[in-house]
Amino acid sequence: MSAIHVTTKINGDVVDYVCEADETLLDVLRNRLGLTGAKEGCSTGDCGACSVTIDGRLTCSCLVLGAEADGREIGTIEGMAKGDELHPLQRKFLEHAALQCGICTPGILVAAKSLLEHNPKPTETEVRFGLAGNLCRCTGYDKIVRAVMDAAQEMRRA
Amino acid sequence: MVKVVVWGSLKPHTGGQAELEIEAGNVRELLNRLGETYPGLKPQLARGVSVAIDGVIFRDGLHEPLRKDSEVFLLPRMTGG
Amino acid sequence: MPLDSTLQGKRDFKVVGTRPLRPDGIDKVTGRAKFGADATAPGMLVGRILRSPHAHARIKKIDTSKAEKLPGVKAIVTREDLPDHTDGDALLYDVLYNIMAREKALYEGHAVAAVAAVDTRTAREALKLIKVDYEVLPHVTDVDEAMKPGAPILHSTIFTDGLEPKPKKPSNVVRRYEFGHGDVEAGFKKADIIVERTFKTEATHQGYIEPHACLANVGPDGQGELWVCTQGHFMVRDTCARLLGMDISKLRVTASEIGGGFGGKTTVFIEPVALALSRKANRPVKVVMSREEVFKASGPTASTSIDVKIGVTKDGRITAADATLRYQGGAFAGSPVEFGAMSAFACYDLENARTIGYDVVTNRPKQAAYRAPGAPMAAFAVESVIEELARKVGMEPIDFRMKNAAREGTRSSYGPTYGPIGLLATLEKAKQHPHFKAPLSPNQGRGMACGFWFNFGGQTCVSLNVNSDGTVALSVGTPDIGGSRASMCLMAAEELGIPYDKVRAIVADTSALGYNDVTDGSRTTFATGMATILAARDAIKKLTARAAQIWGISAEAVTWEKGYAKPAGSNAGNFPPMSIAEIAAQAGATGGPIAGHHEYSADGAGVSFATHICDAEVDPETGATKIVRYTVLQDAGKAVHPSYVEGQFQGGAVQGIGWALNEEYIYGKDGRLQNAGFLDYRIPVCSDLPMIDTVILEIPNPGHPYGVRGVGETSIVPPLAAIANAVSAAAGVRLTSLPMSPPRILAALDRKAAAE
Repeated sequence: MSAIHVTTKINGDVVDYVCEADETLLDVLRNRLGLTGAKEGCSTGDCGACSVTIDGRLTCSCLVLGAEADGREIGTIEGMAKGDELHPLQRKFLEHAALQCGICTPGILVAAKSLLEHNPKPTETEVRFGLAGNLCRCTGYDKIVRAVMDAAQEMRRA
Repeated sequence: MVKVVVWGSLKPHTGGQAELEIEAGNVRELLNRLGETYPGLKPQLARGVSVAIDGVIFRDGLHEPLRKDSEVFLLPRMTGG
Repeated sequence: MPLDSTLQGKRDFKVVGTRPLRPDGIDKVTGRAKFGADATAPGMLVGRILRSPHAHARIKKIDTSKAEKLPGVKAIVTREDLPDHTDGDALLYDVLYNIMAREKALYEGHAVAAVAAVDTRTAREALKLIKVDYEVLPHVTDVDEAMKPGAPILHSTIFTDGLEPKPKKPSNVVRRYEFGHGDVEAGFKKADIIVERTFKTEATHQGYIEPHACLANVGPDGQGELWVCTQGHFMVRDTCARLLGMDISKLRVTASEIGGGFGGKTTVFIEPVALALSRKANRPVKVVMSREEVFKASGPTASTSIDVKIGVTKDGRITAADATLRYQGGAFAGSPVEFGAMSAFACYDLENARTIGYDVVTNRPKQAAYRAPGAPMAAFAVESVIEELARKVGMEPIDFRMKNAAREGTRSSYGPTYGPIGLLATLEKAKQHPHFKAPLSPNQGRGMACGFWFNFGGQTCVSLNVNSDGTVALSVGTPDIGGSRASMCLMAAEELGIPYDKVRAIVADTSALGYNDVTDGSRTTFATGMATILAARDAIKKLTARAAQIWGISAEAVTWEKGYAKPAGSNAGNFPPMSIAEIAAQAGATGGPIAGHHEYSADGAGVSFATHICDAEVDPETGATKIVRYTVLQDAGKAVHPSYVEGQFQGGAVQGIGWALNEEYIYGKDGRLQNAGFLDYRIPVCSDLPMIDTVILEIPNPGHPYGVRGVGETSIVPPLAAIANAVSAAAGVRLTSLPMSPPRILAALDRKAAAE
């Protein structure tokens, strides 16, 4: 099978790669580019652990082909902190102990960031529905919701 | 003599008794004596047992000392999630 | 180890009980943390497993010749490549049989062969080329069906143990357990009211978000390395070495970060297969389960069928309690029915109690531990009957529970007499909690339930090295599944009297420490924590001896206080306090590196109790249920890092909510699992839930220097019952089958309407 050449932007950097036609963006990120922050929890778009943004839109990278990323802008968890400065969501997740095992955390952070970009002042219900595509099995979501609400408040003040 | 209580389904192997009196200074001696006296208990002892001594559960403590008046309960070996 | 009374009594804490950031936090929020599937190795192959499509079939022949010829295939492994090294160890033989089917495939998803190839596509292609000749056999997946005479028999070697006389014919009932004391028949004669009911619960999965994953690398010299997400890498090492006929010293296992386990990662599935593939291919092999494989071929928990009968006097005193529990644990012996039977009545002070348990095999994947294995289902049945009895005698359920609650000195239903326990305290706190008196809206109901779990200690080995600048490197051997490294750092800092951030804890690989039992049984904060405390005390002994040496006084004349060595009194000499950093800097000149360590079998874990309150709202039109309020009250002994204790309470409660309302293994008539994915096996999502309120009680465990009790498991014991009681109150009809999915609730509402 002939490989496909793709030029894309990931976390602001231009990236070139080749991939097979049937390879998902998640496989490309993890296996070809070493960006293992996005996790594979189900490969069917049900768990959200592989969440990334494509042109600013929240997407399960397991449901997108690597070839489809050509000419797009991809955002992953690896691009969330600016240098050594954590994004307020990352900081609030730590302060609120909003993670236990941490496998869902990258996907939830990417989803929460996207949520706050679209809705800077969400209600608790809006946060809960905004994160409903991301499964967490450890926390019961309580501390996650609190962390997101707290981060939203801080970001509004900034 | 130490008083040992076995769980109900082991009673067929101990002549129908739940409470046994065994001479033993520690858990290992106790389990050995139990196996010698009641060979029917040996398969369960081999599968693993925990003991509770005076209310405290010991999963592994074979050398845990027993007092004369200790009350020991045999329990299936503990596992967890 | 013996309970040392000198260990006890510390309640004045400097850092324990605070909520610092976890040491692995930055890695976890930036995507840097390396989990099971995140590792790579040069020349790595992709391993894939061929699985039985049949629930029960004789494997007559496996032909791999075509697959072997496919370019890019580097190794194929079948049962022939995993000969029996188990040496008569029946439990280990079951593990071997479970990881690779032998004469029969015993469930849909049972591994039959495995391939290592240069890439995923080749591996997938190769699996299709393996020809397996099956003789399909009749199957059984339901626990009650499997117990009937004439049911398809899985193993011709199972003759029910614990029956007298021993049966002459094989069956699917592995063993009968019986626990209890007193005379239940006599007790029921004294009862004014008796309630007797039968309950059913479906199998559920732990549902960790990270599928099983490992990277195996075995060289031609027979030495191997394994990177794996597991709750216990020492267990993985020993089990794999035995299954593969290797010396334990030749296999080094490193625990990756672990993406959830809840008991499901306390055994091996793909690991020995990956090692066998790597050994055969002489290349590194990575095996990662798909979500479908996780559902079909890892270790969900048991489905159950339970009868409960409890009698009470008119004034609300229980006279007798009797239960029969039937748990199927999949295709091999070992359902958690004994723990169900032991714990069923553990919350009550009973004169007459009896529980009988049957361990049953069926054509389903072999169960693995799931958070307080066996206890939630038993609590569901018992606490449902308790609630009903309380109503019948005209008492508030909480008062009824308090009247009959187990307390210090109560003889437990599983045998031993309780020491200091926190059940009554959780009930009293529940009664005072605002949730308890909050008004309910139409279609809402409130339920509560109590729960119990044993907790245990286990083998533990910890090493604590004092670095030359006085900071501390702490090596533990229990994988950190929910923040335990933070708790370990807190306890080491507390003992040494140094700041939390001066201690760094790592999970060391199997070559760095002695054997450590699995992170399970709610044991890590208790057992690894106590080992950490004792290792720190060992280091302090050495630090004070070095200070004594420097000062030229006797070691006994030096004490340790807030990170400093000090002369014990004016008689000892007049020296300024010497810090840990100052002593560490001179370590080379005073005898060499300073390290503390502790190895032991931890015992004295201290049982744990919880009370949960739940408000549920049932939509009578659709049968859909929403949990509108939930409160967890649990005894933690001492909360080392309260945020993570709360997290355990909340996580357990929500897993319980899933179990109670949505989650179930659904089998077709063909014995195949019909919902092996997160779309159809629906675990709770964020929008399903309210905040989960928590109340931490601290009734010190006399078996731990700080009074710590394990907290991880008890939180999943009460929810099934608490929710069933709430839903039953809201619906006006008693629900006795889990999950209480909309169709089941509608059926119950129809039954109620028909009866009215």
